[in-house]
Amino acid sequence: MAVIQFTLNGKAQSIDVDPEMPLLWAIRNTVGLKGTKYGCGMAMCGACTVHFNGQPTRSCSLPMSAVAGSSITTIEGISEDTTHAVQRAWIEEQVAQCGYCQSGQIMSAVALLKNNPNPSDADIDAAMAGNICRCGTYPRIRSAIKKAAQLTASAAK
Amino acid sequence: MESSVSRRKFLRLSSLAGAGLALGFYFPAAAKAATIINGTDAAALGVELNSWIFIDPSGKVTLMCHRAEMGQGVYQSLAQIIAEELEVNLDEVNIQFAKGDKKYGNQVTGGSSTVSGSYKNLLKLGATAREMLIAAAAAKWSVPASECYAEGGKVIHKPTGNKYHYGELAEAASKLEAPKEVKLKPVSEYKLVRKPLPRQDLKMKTNGTAVFGLDFEVPGMLYAQVERSPRWHGVVKSFNEAEVLQVPGVKKVVKVKMSVHDKYREGLAVVADNLWSAMKGRKALKVVWDDSGFEHVNSADILKRQEEALKTKQGISAKKQGDPDAVLAKATKKLDLIYQTPYQAHAAMEPLNCVAHYHGDKIEIWGPIQAPDWVQDHISKQMNVPREKVIVNMTFLGGGFGRKAFTDYPHEAVLISKEIGAPVQVVWSREDDMTQGPFRPGVSYRCEAALTNGAIDAVRIKMAGQDLSNWMRPDKKSANWGTTEGFADPYFKTIQNISFTDIPFETPIPPLWWRSVYASTNGFAYESFMDELALAAGKDPMAFRRQYLDDERMHKLIDKLVEVSGWNTRKKKGGYGVAIVESFGSTVGQVVKVSKPAGGKLKVDKVWAVIDCGWYVNPDTIRAQVEGAIVMALGAATQHAMTFKDGKAELTNFHNYPVTRISETPPIEVHIMDNDANAGGVGEPGLPPLAPALANAIFDLTGKRIRKLPINLATV
Repeated sequence: MAVIQFTLNGKAQSIDVDPEMPLLWAIRNTVGLKGTKYGCGMAMCGACTVHFNGQPTRSCSLPMSAVAGSSITTIEGISEDTTHAVQRAWIEEQVAQCGYCQSGQIMSAVALLKNNPNPSDADIDAAMAGNICRCGTYPRIRSAIKKAAQLTASAAK
Repeated sequence: MESSVSRRKFLRLSSLAGAGLALGFYFPAAAKAATIINGTDAAALGVELNSWIFIDPSGKVTLMCHRAEMGQGVYQSLAQIIAEELEVNLDEVNIQFAKGDKKYGNQVTGGSSTVSGSYKNLLKLGATAREMLIAAAAAKWSVPASECYAEGGKVIHKPTGNKYHYGELAEAASKLEAPKEVKLKPVSEYKLVRKPLPRQDLKMKTNGTAVFGLDFEVPGMLYAQVERSPRWHGVVKSFNEAEVLQVPGVKKVVKVKMSVHDKYREGLAVVADNLWSAMKGRKALKVVWDDSGFEHVNSADILKRQEEALKTKQGISAKKQGDPDAVLAKATKKLDLIYQTPYQAHAAMEPLNCVAHYHGDKIEIWGPIQAPDWVQDHISKQMNVPREKVIVNMTFLGGGFGRKAFTDYPHEAVLISKEIGAPVQVVWSREDDMTQGPFRPGVSYRCEAALTNGAIDAVRIKMAGQDLSNWMRPDKKSANWGTTEGFADPYFKTIQNISFTDIPFETPIPPLWWRSVYASTNGFAYESFMDELALAAGKDPMAFRRQYLDDERMHKLIDKLVEVSGWNTRKKKGGYGVAIVESFGSTVGQVVKVSKPAGGKLKVDKVWAVIDCGWYVNPDTIRAQVEGAIVMALGAATQHAMTFKDGKAELTNFHNYPVTRISETPPIEVHIMDNDANAGGVGEPGLPPLAPALANAIFDLTGKRIRKLPINLATV
């Protein structure tokens, strides 16, 4: 066990955990934020995507030893009231079905739009190909990302 | 009988609404049985639907969702139906999951049956409540009920404009005799039904607050990871308990035998005070298994044996009209083809998990469960606890696809809780979820036909595959229920000589239904075969189907499919394929367009789908279901198939069982036929047509006929 300090959704965290424990389980079971999901445990499905120092990262494969001193953002940290442009677009386009993978999808989409405010279909496919959705919401994910880009652009005007 | 609510069954509950008064309605079984998982056995599963309306003194309305929400949208559509006739605004009602309980009738969420099996009763249930609220208001005002109407959760007296909200009327209404007959709105007056209203569950699925099984916790809960026999019927010979117990946090290692169909699967549960310790403990576990006494199957052998069985075995007749054998014996132009489909894992995004607390005289279960009533039945029998003492609580499901309608994983969690004397959450790893099954069985088909002058004289179909309902049938000797599923009904009117035969086939692999059940494999064989028949007959595949699907609704669907896909103006050999599959009371036609850049990989350019599901609730949910079914079907048709080697599942996670990703998803266009025929299913019927439409499109483009799934797009 080791005391590991990091920033979680803008607040200082200090938890005593096995340094080998993946960030996913620390967030879910130690801190108790359950919005980030377990899907595959080997960074193949993206359900556990969080932002690690701003970069979309699979938390199931990131040991806590690597998290010390970093800044982590989870789905709970992107807005207080589901008003992030990506979340609004997700609801407008009625993306989710079962919803289990959507936290990860949204975290990948937020990161994409931060780097590329006006992504093409090819950009979207490239940035989102690491996130599996077994319900098959991909066509709506594509339109929601474009809608979020519009919402962000019109808010900036 | 169907439309009356007897006073005896008219219950008032106060527990749910707390201090408020609850208005409850209990409906008897519907006259028409629901389409359930197997399509034939509704009666065996007990009474059909009933549901609940609760109104508190402030006027807040709570509607119960008695079925599982696994993405298909019933959390929204059930409420949307009740609210329509109850005259309340959907965004003002609260929706709650019902527990497993006989008073809710059949709660098995499968066979695309939730709306189709319950909408008539739900409309009446809403209308009955509305009429009683109106009667209560009229009595308070001492005016005739005919001068009053309901709107937006209020009863309004037309002449004076006086109003009461439902909360002011609920108690008085609950004491009235329920009307025997209620008038239902015509479709043209619907305000909620048939509107693409946004789903009530999507906000919480967009901010991380929706509670899935894996998110559930109870105080004092321990965690378990289970190492189950990699060959399904293996038993533990020995294991290194002492080493595992040294892992910090690990409390106990428990042997557990969960029931799978009529057999048991053995495993060792590593129980710890946190999930990570349970995972580490399991990693330290070394088990020696005894794998003797049962066959260690290989995928290649399964296909070979099925093909041989189709050619040599008599089988059991499932359906026969005319005399196809005699016609085929004399025929000069014949087709005799074998189609093969593989085993599949369900691979829902939320791996299996379950929380259980065994109290001795009572058992509590929480989890992602598709069939709470089956879990009650099964646990009650296995644990010898009265059914009503098995409390099954529903969470949201991170996908189900049929796997979560099975009872093995709650049983295992209950056994572990009993052994350790504490509540426990059993968490399956992705590898557990993918390799343990039960699996959608792979099925082989022999399709024969005789043709004269471009017309079908006879069709003879034989099917060899594990019957996924075999374990549910007492006799195990009658034919597989599912041989004709996916074969559109009107074909039986136009093909005079036709037979379907089941060739029983067994392996030690546990089989289970998978999204669209038998139609998921039948559809590929039957609609590929129909395409080959059309070509042999020298007809356009769409025109050939129109000829043999001689039915008004089918013709309208075909007209729409032709129109939206541009079928009649398509380029010849331009890579277009069609398939039309009827399943769960609905018909879906799809046109797939493919292309192949020089030297490149074959690409799916577009899919057009038309669904006729009769009376429907939410067009946007229907579009979403058909889109999703196509995406799932595309993966099964082109990327993944579960294979077995030496008695073990070979594929373990998404790296070697690749499912469809966004980059492989073509544009999809979905159209809904508008009619008021009896409602059919929505969650599953969109899946079966994709694989045959794709194979037919590939033939159109390349001249290469594919009769075995999955299709390798890189080598076509």
